[in-house]
Amino acid sequence: MAEKTVTLRIKRGVADEASTWEEFSVALQPNANVISCLMDIRKNPVTKDGKTTTPVAWDAACLEEVCGSCTVVINGRARQACSTMIAGPHGIAPNGETITVEPMSKFPRVRDLVVDRSRMFDALKRIRGWVQIDGSHELGAGPRVSASDQEIMYTLSRCMTCGCCVESCPNYNDHSPFIGPFAISLVRMYNMHPSGKMQAGERLDSIMSDGGIADCGKAQNCVKVCPKEIPLIESIAVMGRETLKRALFGWLLK
Amino acid sequence: MAAKVSVKSKNGSVRRAIVVGGGLGGLMTVIKLCEAGIPVDIISLVPVKRSHSVCAQGGINASVNLKGEGDSPAIHMEETILGGDFLANQPPVKGMAEAAPGIVYMLDRMGVPFNRTPEGNLDFRRFGGTLFHRTAFSGATTGQQLMYALDEQVRRYETLDVQDERGVTIPGEKMVRKFEFFDLADLIMDDNGVVRGVIAQDLKTSKMHVFRGDAVCLATGGAGMVFGRSTNSVINTGSASAVAYRRGAMFANAEFIQVHPTAIPGPDKLRLISESVRGEGGRVWVPRDRKDKRAGRDIPEKERYYFLEERYPAYKNLVPRDIASREIFRTVVHEGYQCLPGVRSVYLDVSHLASTESSKHALKNKLGGVLEIYEKFAGEDPYTNPMQIFPAVHYSMGGLWVDFETDSHNSLKIGASRNASTNLPGLFATGEADYQYHGANRLGANSLLSCIYGGMVTGPSMATWREETNGSAFDLSSDLFDKAEKRATEEYTALLARTGSEYSENAFKIHDELAEDMLLKCTVERKNDELTGLVQKIDELKVRLKKAAVLDTTPTGKMNQPAVFLRHMRGMLDLAEVIAKGALARDENRGAHYKPVFDSDRDEAKDHPEGGKGRDDKNWLKTTRATFTEDGAKFDYEPVDISLVVPRARVYKQKSMAAAVGSIGATTETTEKKDDAHAPA
Ligand SMILES: Cc1cc2nc3c(=O)[nH]c(=O)nc-3n(C[C@H](O)[C@H](O)[C@H](O)COP(=O)(O)OP(=O)(O)OC[C@H]3O[C@@H](n4cnc5c(N)ncnc54)[C@H](O)[C@@H]3O)c2cc1C
Ligand code: SF4
Ligand code: SF4
Repeated sequence: MAEKTVTLRIKRGVADEASTWEEFSVALQPNANVISCLMDIRKNPVTKDGKTTTPVAWDAACLEEVCGSCTVVINGRARQACSTMIAGPHGIAPNGETITVEPMSKFPRVRDLVVDRSRMFDALKRIRGWVQIDGSHELGAGPRVSASDQEIMYTLSRCMTCGCCVESCPNYNDHSPFIGPFAISLVRMYNMHPSGKMQAGERLDSIMSDGGIADCGKAQNCVKVCPKEIPLIESIAVMGRETLKRALFGWLLK
Repeated sequence: MAAKVSVKSKNGSVRRAIVVGGGLGGLMTVIKLCEAGIPVDIISLVPVKRSHSVCAQGGINASVNLKGEGDSPAIHMEETILGGDFLANQPPVKGMAEAAPGIVYMLDRMGVPFNRTPEGNLDFRRFGGTLFHRTAFSGATTGQQLMYALDEQVRRYETLDVQDERGVTIPGEKMVRKFEFFDLADLIMDDNGVVRGVIAQDLKTSKMHVFRGDAVCLATGGAGMVFGRSTNSVINTGSASAVAYRRGAMFANAEFIQVHPTAIPGPDKLRLISESVRGEGGRVWVPRDRKDKRAGRDIPEKERYYFLEERYPAYKNLVPRDIASREIFRTVVHEGYQCLPGVRSVYLDVSHLASTESSKHALKNKLGGVLEIYEKFAGEDPYTNPMQIFPAVHYSMGGLWVDFETDSHNSLKIGASRNASTNLPGLFATGEADYQYHGANRLGANSLLSCIYGGMVTGPSMATWREETNGSAFDLSSDLFDKAEKRATEEYTALLARTGSEYSENAFKIHDELAEDMLLKCTVERKNDELTGLVQKIDELKVRLKKAAVLDTTPTGKMNQPAVFLRHMRGMLDLAEVIAKGALARDENRGAHYKPVFDSDRDEAKDHPEGGKGRDDKNWLKTTRATFTEDGAKFDYEPVDISLVVPRARVYKQKSMAAAVGSIGATTETTEKKDDAHAPA
């Protein structure tokens, strides 16, 4: 029996130079995913029509969908390459269908599938995304937190800055300063924390200016693609109410 | 702490320290440096928030004793030392165990969403090698949550300005600068051998950059990639440690590689199923009938062989990892049990914990993150099907050799510049990259702790070093740095020229070959003849690597992953050699290092009163240290500081802690130890 294979059609190129597409045929291994296919290509960088080429550049670290590195656009949808299985119950190409793989379009391309997501990390600075503590020295136990609040904060805290949400958001692009849904959702998280609350106002201000929450057009694409199932729309709604309150009564609420 | 030295060097530059690596160990070091007023440059392969530490699932140990079980730092220390089969120097372990409760409280204050009890207190779960509930956790993605907390604190320092001694802001200078997508290429040492900075390559442009630093720390993690597929992130090649090793830093206890008992086999990675799954009640079993073809869920209770529970009635499924891995290996490989005929794995079962909707919800709260991984990558629902798992390479107990200094209580003297210092002056190491806290086998949930504690020790140590050292790197003539940069650039450019017929090898395939042999010959069971063959194979691969083509001749100015991989591959071969030779030399059984030939009688401790099965304290209670030479690694051995807990047999069949608890007070109080007791003999 002939070996089962799968074809990957990959968009390639360096920075803002022109792009090309190359196709690779890869033997299908049990439990294969898009990263394991890219690993195979690296060992034998020859295209489907027999041309020797350079190994495809890609970004990855943990390979278990927790570091957020390997986000690419697969068959038109932003997702992690490591958890995109080829065959099996969640497989996208169980019969060796061609898979297209492209870099995310909302960030500057570095090379092939690697992009620079600095803009997302800058957003975390802008929202003052931390709980301000007096120091790392011993100051006794932290504040008590109810199990139900913990559950919400934990859910929000799983955002791995992967970029799927902003890739799918029509309002996030290089001619808009929008900070993106993930950042708004994180403001909700820090503002829930018993000590994080103490700087809640500053964080709300950070999303009430240019590029803040008002730039969200409520398209709701983001929540559908978040691999961590973060309730982004709910967060945007909660923060919408909070920012409105602050806009109306901010000077009263201090 | 002594009076602060100036933030500025004589010529007016801001005197920065360098931390290479932004996992938990690196970030905690950065926080401590910043709190001491020292600006830092962080260099990291990946955006620090994506560091390997995010993989940690199960939790972090601290004997806070919130469950009223009578746990204490003294017991935590004792169990860590016993778990490591007495190979760890004991004062650092003591310091770590004592600091642990404070560390968990600090993380809590930083906002880590730890799981809670109904009263709103921190919840704790059980982990291997202890009978106490000692592990704080945040769902089943604890590492990610701890990473984010430290990452956030460091991000705050990215926004804060550097101030001079009088509190005047220095324009344009932030406390932390991050250089992400940078790979450590070399250390820069002055004529006296003092490390004065590093060369790192910008991976986006392939250009070499000089970083001057008054104290340099490597917090670059473990080296699981030496084994190809492991539970580690794919960036964990150990290349940074290997760069330091090539420059003369000693590498210690490399042969101690932790093989985790429970991982999902996969073509690209062996994904971990955390020990916390067993801590919450997961059970390991195989069908009693070796030819049973039924699916796991269909096999009735009495036809299941719970081999860990039967063999270790006290600790059951929570024996330490080295023991669990060996038992699984033995059961499958030697005794022929398996999940299904031809499927080399055992079951790890939580389905009995999810029999009702509410128990399933509770389980999801505590283990959702891990069970999700199984669901996604193995394609089966673990709430109803027992998971199929097998051991996988997981953690490097060994690492760069570092020193320590004790105080009058035989704990670490925080702020002494000897702590965490490698043998290269000015170079420090912390986190999984060092060898300090776990001896011959690490207990689960002790690594996140050792990384953070390591940072708490390393930051102050570097701060003191910066005060004590002669002159600043920022005042040295640029000659030294220019030369280093030129050399690194030339080396890299030479790699790009590796094309044509004489370069017939592929470095990625060499990696595969190395991995295959390392996995086969240097993991759970080791045999001297096989190790001898392995050492030869590594030598052969080193020669072949010199013939490896670059695969991508894209010039400097653009990203080029295959060219950079050649440097990492060279490092992996160096470390593989140190691991294999260290294992070959060590003729005994200790922790993760196990040679069946020394285990004639499988009954622990029976025939080896001074240790476990085949442990040889007389000849081998010592730290392995490897030094790089052009002709290969040279080894020497250093006595272990055992001033706190007297070595004894390592037995997990009965509850042994009660007896131990009584003896700890005595050992910690009465043993006097001089500061230099652990210095090389
Ligand atoms: C799947 C898994 C689960 C685990 N679960 C637990 C657990 O529940 N509890 C526990 O205590 N421990 C656990 N561990 C172990 C623990 O996660 C690690 O030992 C720990 O996170 C290591 O942290 P670190 O700071 O030393 O290094 P890492 O987090 O590995 O960070 C290394 C840093 O160095 C950088 N770096 C590496 N090489 C270079 C280079 N050449 N140039 C520049 N930068 C470089 C990287 O970019 C990164 O920032 C687990 C490990 C694994 C694999
Ligand atoms: S709701 Fe729409 S506009 Fe708003 S963040 Fe999500 S995708 Fe973007
Ligand atoms: S919110 Fe979800 S999709 Fe967006 S960055 Fe975070 S994890 Fe990714």
